[in-house]
Amino acid sequence: MQKLRHFLKPYRKYVILGPLFKLLEAIFELIVPVVMAKIIDIGIAERNASYIGWHCALIVLLGICGLGFALTCQYFASKCAFSFGTDLRGALFRHIRTLSRTEIDQIGTSALITRITTDVTSAQQGVNMAIRLGTRAPFLIIGAIVMTLLIDCRLSLIFLVIAPILGFVLYTVLTRTIPMYTANQKQLDGISRHTGETLDGVRVIRAFARQEQETAKFREECAALEKSMIAVGRISVILNPLTFLIMNLGIAAVLWFGGLQIEAGRLSQGDLTAFANYMTQILLAGIQLAGLIQILTKAQASALRTAEILETQPSMQNGTETPLPSDEAISFDHVNFAYADAGDPALQDITFTLRKGQTLGIIGGTGSGKSTIAALMQRFYDPTSGTVRLYGKDVRSYDMQALNRSVGFVPQKAVLFTGTVEENLRMADQNVSPERMREALEIAQASEIVRKLQFGLQTHLVQGGRNLSGGQKQRLTIARALCADPEILILDDSTSALDYATDAALRKALRTRCTGMTKVIISQRTVSLQDADLILVMDDGRCIGMGTHSELLASCGVYREICEAQGA
Amino acid sequence: MIPALRRLLHYTRPYLLYLILTVLCSLIGVSLSLTVPVYIGQAVDLAVPAAETGSIDLSAILSTVLRLACVVGISTLFQWLQGLCINRLAFGTVKDLRTDLESKLQKMPVSYIDSNARGDLIARVIPDIEILSDGLLQGFAQLFTGVVTIVGTLFFMLSVNIKIAVLVVVMTPLSLLAASQITRASHNAFVWQSKLRGELSGLTEELVGNIGVVKAFAYEDRAEERFEEISRKLGTAGQRATFFASLSNPTTRFVNGLIYAAVGTFGALGAVGAMPWIGVMTVGDLASFLFYANQYTKPFNEISGVLAELQNAVSCAQRVFEVLDATAPDEHAAQTLPAEGRGEITFENVSFSYNRNKPLIRNFSMHAKPGQRIAIVGPTGCGKTTVINLLLRFYEIQDGRITLDGISTADLKRDDLRRQFGMVLQETWIFTGTVAENIAYSRPDATREEIEKAAREAHAHSFIKRLPNGYDTVISDTSGLSQGQKQLLCIARIMLTDPSVLILDEATSSIDLRTEQRIQRGFEKLMQGRTSFIIAHRLSTIRSADLILVMKDGNILEQGTHAQLMRRGGFYAELYRAQTA
Repeated sequence: MQKLRHFLKPYRKYVILGPLFKLLEAIFELIVPVVMAKIIDIGIAERNASYIGWHCALIVLLGICGLGFALTCQYFASKCAFSFGTDLRGALFRHIRTLSRTEIDQIGTSALITRITTDVTSAQQGVNMAIRLGTRAPFLIIGAIVMTLLIDCRLSLIFLVIAPILGFVLYTVLTRTIPMYTANQKQLDGISRHTGETLDGVRVIRAFARQEQETAKFREECAALEKSMIAVGRISVILNPLTFLIMNLGIAAVLWFGGLQIEAGRLSQGDLTAFANYMTQILLAGIQLAGLIQILTKAQASALRTAEILETQPSMQNGTETPLPSDEAISFDHVNFAYADAGDPALQDITFTLRKGQTLGIIGGTGSGKSTIAALMQRFYDPTSGTVRLYGKDVRSYDMQALNRSVGFVPQKAVLFTGTVEENLRMADQNVSPERMREALEIAQASEIVRKLQFGLQTHLVQGGRNLSGGQKQRLTIARALCADPEILILDDSTSALDYATDAALRKALRTRCTGMTKVIISQRTVSLQDADLILVMDDGRCIGMGTHSELLASCGVYREICEAQGA
Repeated sequence: MIPALRRLLHYTRPYLLYLILTVLCSLIGVSLSLTVPVYIGQAVDLAVPAAETGSIDLSAILSTVLRLACVVGISTLFQWLQGLCINRLAFGTVKDLRTDLESKLQKMPVSYIDSNARGDLIARVIPDIEILSDGLLQGFAQLFTGVVTIVGTLFFMLSVNIKIAVLVVVMTPLSLLAASQITRASHNAFVWQSKLRGELSGLTEELVGNIGVVKAFAYEDRAEERFEEISRKLGTAGQRATFFASLSNPTTRFVNGLIYAAVGTFGALGAVGAMPWIGVMTVGDLASFLFYANQYTKPFNEISGVLAELQNAVSCAQRVFEVLDATAPDEHAAQTLPAEGRGEITFENVSFSYNRNKPLIRNFSMHAKPGQRIAIVGPTGCGKTTVINLLLRFYEIQDGRITLDGISTADLKRDDLRRQFGMVLQETWIFTGTVAENIAYSRPDATREEIEKAAREAHAHSFIKRLPNGYDTVISDTSGLSQGQKQLLCIARIMLTDPSVLILDEATSSIDLRTEQRIQRGFEKLMQGRTSFIIAHRLSTIRSADLILVMKDGNILEQGTHAQLMRRGGFYAELYRAQTA
């Protein structure tokens, strides 16, 4: 929690006042047994009815005040915790924005999502409970001991013995079981994953007639989980009976030694009742404390993980310049690149230049480095050595948002966002004119799709477009990139789900209607690249052929091989 | 609720002994623990110096205290035993339910699994059963202990002093009222909170999961705005829900305090004799009453908590039983296949549709002679994959007949039928396990040499060698293998088998062309002497087929060899020219 402390700063008032009010409640709670002792010792002994009446009214008054204080504390605690959580969540999101792809790849998006959702919630819960119980429980335990010390210091020795034993029991059981619970959770996650896998592979499993073996494997996993659940249960189940035992043996001791003290004239009957009462309070506070420790351990782990993200520094520095189109649109100058944590370089010595309005084609097998070239153009990564230039200037000198605005990108995986079709098309530029939008849809061969949708542009896309086919999604993502009328358009294998006729129509529209636009087309199909001004043939991170279609047919064996395989 | 409980009770039958022991132990443990305040009261009463001697009866106190210790010890023992028994009962039942559910899913038709959301089915197997166990089994135990505690407390209070006991009972609704008011107030806030939480995690998943796209479109500012907006709303909702929920503890303490004060007042007044109608009461009686009053409201709170959980658990149980009650198709095997399959397949006037209103395949007929190579081509959604679904009986035909070696497939056991086929599907399936285990899935008894040979034929050997632990590397669907590599593993899987019919459904769609050509040789070998069905996007890969079925809208539009179809100049020729233009 230490590392996230400054997130609590704006709410310092709550952090201090919350526990304070809780403390007041606890003090009032501690006074009640003393008042009851007085009722017994004075009220009953002297047969004074009005004394009894007044003191009982006092107990009710203490209760009302205690309730008021407690509610104030609960309010402060929830206010503080949830403001803290909201701030932390926002900070995480803003920080993730600044990270480059290298860091995001390393951390993994699923981990980032968990930090923002689950971990923030658990840290928030930690703050909430710490304010509510962090002072109350220890105070009640110490307070009860102090009160008994005031009544009779010899008898309170029992408390000094009982409290550490109770603490020891709680500590031992919890420290033993928490790691076991974590391990069990992992086992359960494994079973969950297995269930998912058998659902995904239902056809394969049945095709090989392996249903019974799958069930047997599943049964084994469940039995293993049962075993470890029982193992941890065996320890945790002892906690409640044991605390019950300790507390009541404590009471028994109080009664016996209290009797001796009364015999010696050092203690009253009412005090004895108060002692027994305090014993119960200590137990209840101890159990609360144990729960609090559990929550705080979880919160601490979450806080550490969250802080780790916040401490990750972006590996790329943002530039300041805005791209100004010039004739030399894209150039790579002896570019080498390796992904972090990967041994082999993904790109080796790539050099080429593309003029404004020209089309670049990139072809090659899976993992040959095609998409990496596109990623470097948009500065998702920085090259290990060499320079990537846009409009004659190093991409590192540009402001990244400005850079991204001038480059339109259609990713390999067609991703649409929840919202209407129109909202998706306006993603890059909120103020796209309806004419431009219509034009973009036409070029992307997507007008027909929108027309067929029930509510046209206002159709709501469910879960990022799950109600559309792959080809429809691809065409909409192309339209989305075209809407902002970018200087440079990158199509990263983004026509794979289109049939050949649509693909051809799309290419023709791009050629005739976007003449000033510089285009980068990555594809597995040679037909898609035939008209490109420059084609790079990639193989294992190297460029093994460069030129136009006819040049490559003459000079590059691999290219020829690919063309032949595709029947061209 | 009752039927769900009865069904669950049925599942606890193997653990009946534990169930009985749980009830017994909790009965003994709780009753004994309830006598503790009685002994405390006795001891307090004994701690009064006798008027004549001025000293107290220490030996009487000692024997009371010892009896107290004994009762506490025995009660502890039984409470502990109860915990152990309930664990066995709950965890065992969970295991049985889960296994039954999984084996039921394995028996359900593919259509059932296709038509239910994956996440929803997993939810039934994992969290639903977990909630069911917490709510119905452990919750039930809590409910039982709670009721015993309340009844026991009332009994002991009544036995000490009827009037004051009645007073406590009269005040009970106060506690219940407070609890129900708080639950109602917080319930709405919680519903609101969980709705917003779902929204926020959906949005986070979308925005952070696709951060690359967000950045590429310079969409970060508006993404942040959207995020902040929901995040703030969630903050407010969460604060409200938590605050309302946190009212319950102090309020209960307050109500408890009121009961405590009331018991104190009337008890003390009774003890001094100011209110004769209360009856005789000693200080010890008062002390034990105060103890009872202190723990009296606790079970009420627990029970109201359990009841809320119980509702949730029952709805989960219903979801679980829903799957268990679904009717699995019955297997009647009228016939068996000869040991040596020839692989002759006919479709005779087959009709099928996924949706009754939208007919897909109508009067589909074809004949594949043993050893023939059949290619199926056509635009997306024309029914190519459906033909495979029907052939393997993943779905049942609605009309017509499909035969394998002259026997109607409907008369065969599904597993026997499927054993005749080897297939590679477009959608790869890799499970968590080693590379070797994944390949050997088709034949678990395959030796390492055979596995490596299959991998070599599928051209997967070289990339497997480069993995950290080679064939022993643990992989999963999300472990970073490319789609192409996964397809290679699935192809290796099939290279291990010896089926009489081979099905390749877009088996090489994610593999680059050069590798595909190399694998082709492996396929050629595998297809030798076997009937094979090939579905492919790239028409160049199927030119050599013996029979090409051109499908459109669920029907066969044209059929023939490549040369015949090209000569005909129909739909196929058009498709082919478009691809190679």
